[in-house]
Amino acid sequence: MRLTATTTAGLLVLLAATTPSSAVDLSNWKAVEEAARGQTVYFNAWGGAQNINDYIAWAGGVMLERHGVTVVHVKLEDTATAVAKVVAEKAAGKVEGGSIDVIWINGENFASMKRQELLLSPSWADKLPNWQYVDHEKKPTITVDFTVPVEGLESPWGMAKMVFFHDTARGLEMPDSFAALVEWSKKHPGRFTYPSPPDFIGSSFLKQALSETVADPAVLLQPVNEATFSDVTAPFFAKLDELQPNLWRSGRTFPKNKEALRQLLSDNEIDIAFAFSPAEASNAIATGELPDTVRSFVFSAGTLGNTHFLTVPFNAAAKEGALLLANFMASPEAQLRKQDPKVWGDPTVLSMEKLDPAQRAAFEALDLGVATLKPGELGPTLNEPHATWMTRIEQEWTRRYGVAN
Amino acid sequence: MLRAAPALTISVLLAPVAFGLLATLLPAFGYLPALGGNGFSLAPFGQLFQTPGLLRSSFLSLATGLITTLVAVIVVAGFVAGWSHTRVFRRLQHLLSPLLSVPHAAAAFGLAFLLAPSGWLMRVASPELTGFTRPPDWLIVNDPLGLTMMAGLIAKELPFLFLVTLAALPQIAPRGRMAIAASLGYGRIAGFLHVVWPQLYPQIRLAVFAVLAYATSVVDVAVILGPTQPAPLSVRLVHFMNDPDLSLRFMASAGAILQLAITVGALGLWLLLERLAGASMRWLATTGQRFSSDNAVRLLLAGIVVVSAMTMFVGLSILALWSIAGNWQFPDALPQSLTLRTWERQLPMLGKPVAVTLAAGMVSTLVALVLAIACLEREARTGKTGGNRALLFLYVPLLVPQIAFVFGLQLFFLATGLNAGFAALSLTHLVFVLPYVFLSLSDPWRALDGRYLQVARSLGATPNRIFWSIRLPMLLRPVLAAAAVGFAVSVSLSLPTLLIGAGRWPTLATEAVALSSGGDRRIIGVYAFVQLVLPALCFALATLVPAIIHAGRRDMQGVS
Amino acid sequence: MNLKPTGLVLDKVAIRLGQRVLVELSATIPPGEVLTVMGASGSGKSTLLAFVGGFLEPAFSASGSVWLDGQEITRLPAHQRRLGLLFQDPLLFPHMSVGGNLVFALRDPAGASRRELAEQALAEAGLEGFFERDPATLSGGQKARAALMRVLLSKPRALLLDEPFSKLDAALKQQIRSFVFAEARSRGLPVLLVTHDRADADAAGGAIVDLGEA
Repeated sequence: MRLTATTTAGLLVLLAATTPSSAVDLSNWKAVEEAARGQTVYFNAWGGAQNINDYIAWAGGVMLERHGVTVVHVKLEDTATAVAKVVAEKAAGKVEGGSIDVIWINGENFASMKRQELLLSPSWADKLPNWQYVDHEKKPTITVDFTVPVEGLESPWGMAKMVFFHDTARGLEMPDSFAALVEWSKKHPGRFTYPSPPDFIGSSFLKQALSETVADPAVLLQPVNEATFSDVTAPFFAKLDELQPNLWRSGRTFPKNKEALRQLLSDNEIDIAFAFSPAEASNAIATGELPDTVRSFVFSAGTLGNTHFLTVPFNAAAKEGALLLANFMASPEAQLRKQDPKVWGDPTVLSMEKLDPAQRAAFEALDLGVATLKPGELGPTLNEPHATWMTRIEQEWTRRYGVAN
Repeated sequence: MLRAAPALTISVLLAPVAFGLLATLLPAFGYLPALGGNGFSLAPFGQLFQTPGLLRSSFLSLATGLITTLVAVIVVAGFVAGWSHTRVFRRLQHLLSPLLSVPHAAAAFGLAFLLAPSGWLMRVASPELTGFTRPPDWLIVNDPLGLTMMAGLIAKELPFLFLVTLAALPQIAPRGRMAIAASLGYGRIAGFLHVVWPQLYPQIRLAVFAVLAYATSVVDVAVILGPTQPAPLSVRLVHFMNDPDLSLRFMASAGAILQLAITVGALGLWLLLERLAGASMRWLATTGQRFSSDNAVRLLLAGIVVVSAMTMFVGLSILALWSIAGNWQFPDALPQSLTLRTWERQLPMLGKPVAVTLAAGMVSTLVALVLAIACLEREARTGKTGGNRALLFLYVPLLVPQIAFVFGLQLFFLATGLNAGFAALSLTHLVFVLPYVFLSLSDPWRALDGRYLQVARSLGATPNRIFWSIRLPMLLRPVLAAAAVGFAVSVSLSLPTLLIGAGRWPTLATEAVALSSGGDRRIIGVYAFVQLVLPALCFALATLVPAIIHAGRRDMQGVS
Repeated sequence: MNLKPTGLVLDKVAIRLGQRVLVELSATIPPGEVLTVMGASGSGKSTLLAFVGGFLEPAFSASGSVWLDGQEITRLPAHQRRLGLLFQDPLLFPHMSVGGNLVFALRDPAGASRRELAEQALAEAGLEGFFERDPATLSGGQKARAALMRVLLSKPRALLLDEPFSKLDAALKQQIRSFVFAEARSRGLPVLLVTHDRADADAAGGAIVDLGEA
């Protein structure tokens, strides 16, 4: 009994909050490189795609060769696992020597970690040497991550844009807007679905639909106003109600994530899938997951777009190595390889105008793959709504469709 | 030394388990300063109960646990009753044993791909028999009532309960008893239920409880096969816990307490069921009903066992086929082409995970085995069970939802500075492995006829000599079976491994879970196969070693 | 220390379960003689045997003392008491050969000659050539004889018999019974026999205590 009491006391002490630790001097990059030599960087990143895992392994090889930094890819099923780890370390008072050095992150996870002060600060991403190439002027999602100001707390790694894809062998006309998609589903009942929120892609689809149906898109950039919420969203939910009975399985179940969605397309259970990476379809064709008759399309009025980043927890053990990795990942060399569809196919965060001619030519020479739309064909980018919209829409969605029958 | 075994066991595990439990309890009541919860309140519960569909999710979890366990127990009891000591029984025993080592998630993936409207069964029948050129829009997998999920769980738990029952059976000497019942005119099943089951059931009871607790709180199988609108509570807990909005963690912890209450409630209802069943059996005995023609029921039971085993085998074979499949579209029954590309890409990366899996599995299993044997041997020598009652504490990790529990474990290891070391990893595995080892071993250990040991002592053998030359060899089969079960549990641990190991110790489970999230059936196939092979080897050894050591000793060959 | 006679002596032995006294007994069994304790099942006769043998469950409490050839053994660990134990089942260790069972009982670590001693004992019991046999393949009578030879090889100073003949058929019972008593007599072993079978008591020929009447 006494042992239990001691344990309780120990736990209470441990759960108490603690103070953050020292920062790195970024003005002297040489010194950062020196300090990083010999460090091991634990890079926590989703590990569900072999091509991405291979790309990270390649970057790790370069880091070891050039800087003597060992990169270990900790493969995650869900970024939340890494966030949980940092929370536990903070709870246990571990302000230094944390077990995570770099996290692949964006959106709500970033917003949460920023709010809970779990990130390395003050701003560092805009002081990395390769920031000079980053297109932060013309790509607004690099400085504002899902309406949350980035403030140099995460370094851009790649661009994402919502892209739909279908199998042309089935000879179907594809819709060009959310409203058209609802009509399409009446002609093809049971042949469309979307992952259930809060899955990232599922929520993004709802945001796309919301952005298209709302009378004045400007309200979405502001936090939700409870007083006007039901009026503003009335057309959106009316359309969603129309769509619901014509969904796959009559909307009584939803796929878990975009991978499940892609599998349904491959199994001919549905006719349209979508993802946030323009190269998704080409990659799936290359691995044999989709037939080579699959092609991508977007809505001509625009689809959602955003940026994904690398960030460093406040208590990272190898801060210098982590910054070095984040910087390398934003280099023209790493970005070029990343955009190569044979490797990954992820659009670059760099500005073509800021590169030297040889580098620019290399980017332009890339063959983006049979099912990938050219940068010019990707259409306009719609803004991500303020984060509060997603939370409210997810709640309302769960109430209406999530606990049905 | 032996005297202190229970105390030692508890002291090794008390701190991690207590931390795990407390770190679930405190945030549920609003306390977690790292996230700004500095006081105690009931707000997390308030928030939890306002979550839409919570009641239905809770009821799903409860019903899944009870129904799954009930069906599995009935089928196992009926099958052993109707078929023990027959050739059919021996064949099916060999069929079921390897299924014990199949990871739950792999079995679920296999089943999902078999049964879905675009699944293999439909592909085989289409378009020739069904006329479908594209899959029908039928809700089979993820059905709202969770029937597919229950079927999957039953198919997976049957082999476990069956083998536990087999291990306990010889101690009861069922043959003679059933002969007597038969001579009185009772049918096989009725006779068994009247004269063997009442002694047999108490021996497998803990295993039944474990199945019940597992089925009530299962996550991986539920994610793959279970309902989604809403999902069972356990699955929603993981969503709460993984929500980017960190303030949801308080509510998630409250949910973990609710989950714990549901598991305990299911156990309570089960105890009630036990009494009801016992009373009706006693009443049935007074009526003298013989049920002498039970062939139809026997065939039905054998049918259920065969179908469930075959489903698993076919599902896993199809998964294996996926690992070498090229393009494979509906309604093709077989892939258009075969390729080793997935294997070629994955194999070079398996070295470290396999080594870590083996090391963590062997260390934790060995320690668990030594501790469990020491506790049981002390109990046998002193005749005191008191210390071992305290060991019930060890079952806490099986009852508390893993995701909440592991968060507390993390705090513990961070506090002790053991974090991310191999010792921490092994200790974490031990926390989950020990209950299963203890569970598998304690009944056969206690059931060994004590007169053998008395005879040995009267022949002048010291307790230590008796332990090494009588008890251990006589119990070699259950000891190795317990080791295999423990190893299989260790191999399957992904979340605790990832969080406690801080990614420094990749195992097959962590790699499989991460890669499976990509949804590529080919990669899932590769990892399911590799993850299945290691424990399968252990189970094979656990069967072969006693058979070789005890070759030519008829009474040591187990039931056949 | 009061002087006790040779043989097995039970001095004011009383065994209780809670408040209830199960057995109360004082007796002297001279070498080569048999004391038969009779009683229906549940009368505590097996508990008495367990107490003498050193296997009493902690649930019971006992007073009084047990002496063997003038030495008190009440508090000796069971394996140092040198009391041979036979139950109604032969309880040959199923994982050993018949010979292995006998060798296990030998006290002296005499190496190669251990096997010879066991073979000799088997021959005495009419089980020549059974050394390597699996106990499970023996008949009931063969098992019973092998079990007795195993006990005798451990050189006991007394025998404790717990209904050892109750599972044997009539003809075999006769044969084994006389075999056991003859061996005990020839070796001068005091025998404590518990049984509910009057015929066992008659065949033993010694004193009889009936727990049912006490």
